[in-house]
Amino acid sequence: MTQQFYVSPEQMMKDRADFARKGIARGRSVVVISCREGIALVAENPSPSLRKTGEIYDRIAFAAVGKYNEFESLRQAGVRYADVRGYSYDREDVTARGLASVYAQSLGAVFTAESKPFEVELAVAEVAGEAGKDHLYRLTFDGSIADENGFIAMGGQAERVRDVLDGRWDPSVGFPEAIRLAVAALSVDRSQPAEGTSGHPPASGRNGRMDNNHREGSQSASTEPADQPPRNGQPTTAGVHLLGAGLLEIAVLDREPLSERGTRRAFRRLDDAEVEQILAGEAGS
Amino acid sequence: MVSCKRVVSDPMSDAQRFDRIASAATISFSDHLSRHNPELLPSSRSMNAAGGSSSPQVPHGTTIVAMTFAGGVVMAGDRRATMGNLIASRHIEKVFPADQFSVLGIAGTAGIAIDITRLFQVELEHYEKIEGTLLSLDGKSNRLAAMIRANLPLAMQGLSVVPLFAGYDTERREGRLFSYDVTGGRYEEQEHHSVGSGSAFARGALKKLWKPNLDEAAAISVAVEALYDAADDDSATGGPDMVRQLWPVVYTVNSTGNRKVSDRELATAAEAVIAERSVAGREA
Repeated sequence: MTQQFYVSPEQMMKDRADFARKGIARGRSVVVISCREGIALVAENPSPSLRKTGEIYDRIAFAAVGKYNEFESLRQAGVRYADVRGYSYDREDVTARGLASVYAQSLGAVFTAESKPFEVELAVAEVAGEAGKDHLYRLTFDGSIADENGFIAMGGQAERVRDVLDGRWDPSVGFPEAIRLAVAALSVDRSQPAEGTSGHPPASGRNGRMDNNHREGSQSASTEPADQPPRNGQPTTAGVHLLGAGLLEIAVLDREPLSERGTRRAFRRLDDAEVEQILAGEAGS
Repeated sequence: MVSCKRVVSDPMSDAQRFDRIASAATISFSDHLSRHNPELLPSSRSMNAAGGSSSPQVPHGTTIVAMTFAGGVVMAGDRRATMGNLIASRHIEKVFPADQFSVLGIAGTAGIAIDITRLFQVELEHYEKIEGTLLSLDGKSNRLAAMIRANLPLAMQGLSVVPLFAGYDTERREGRLFSYDVTGGRYEEQEHHSVGSGSAFARGALKKLWKPNLDEAAAISVAVEALYDAADDDSATGGPDMVRQLWPVVYTVNSTGNRKVSDRELATAAEAVIAERSVAGREA
């Protein structure tokens, strides 16, 4: 029999939490922001097919950071949960609160019982009929659930992104302004390229991550700011390089999809042309 | 303990492990239901075969017509459901949007047909959400065939459902029609088709009225007239109801998606058909 060393429960939980936090910190950030016209989900994501945001149900959307395979299976489980519930009861009986609580339970169960916690952070957003009544739930790797007001910032740069949003978030603006604010917040580490990646471990050999071809992996972080902004960024007057449409994944939940588009499904992705138009609006104003 | 577990898990090869993960990650909502909530499937109804050979008295939906026109398809259904010699409903709707680019009409046992429609709608939306793309039109029509096939035991006891499926093929850029039999056989139809008790009369009308490259408005009026002819000769099909202002349910599908034709347009089309026949003043 192998000798088992005693590890205190506190130490074990702390080790797991540190492990999960490290994994999440390596990923790019995501912002979910509520505004007058609905909810915008803005992610820094160079891949046009491996998504970080997704539709769950008529008025409910999902956004995640961390390991792709883990949050993708959670997203699919969420879609199944919502569809089974809507099919066996009624479409209006599917709520973000119910879904978030199931997510919290499964994240919490994996954190305490499995050998490795999920290295993900999730947001579940439900758009309401009127502004100010939206639901934004933030779920962390240990199963904690938080009911956020106005916006959620997740991922490696979450603290700095949140600092930008904190002072400038305004519930009365439309989608273009809200999306421009979210993009400016996500671009925050690009304004100081030398420090932006300093806290990151090298992260080599993590092939399960969708981000590894850009910031992480074999490419040296210090060389990235030199060649990235001219290709994908938009220089602004302040010298801050905003993320370009090619590096952004943006989806919205419309507040009135039935009257605006004739469908009850509020989720809509913005294509590159629409994103460019929205970002260009700032330069013009 | 650890070594014991390893002995148990070792025999599973990588291929088996992949199969297990791949089959757990199903993209089909009805497959998911049949594994985890089989009681929710429409085909889960079980009937006692010893109860007798006569099927129970339940509402039946009747006539559906569909046809292609330039750049799309139109599908129309009358509003009547019958139960034996009685009219069970004057308001029933038997044509539904399946997703953005397809519509579905149902004839036969109304309760099962409405369940199958609901399941089919969720199936298509579920695929779209999981995969991030729309299913091809052929893929959709095959999924519907599988659902009708699952209903075969009930169909053998008299509770059959026969759908008509139509959609806009975004690859081929044209409208297409599919008909089915109770065994789940799927048949692609050309030009136009109809199902249900009044379908023989509707099809006769369509043969004379349908022309290649009809525009949308003309196709809607042909659909209304075909249903009028079906209602004229089939007691289970309801005609336009001027007293209650009830018109057929009509959907069109083209490259921009499906659209429910408004009551105002249908009232105009139905009144035109009735006026034309009244002026002609003929018996048949």
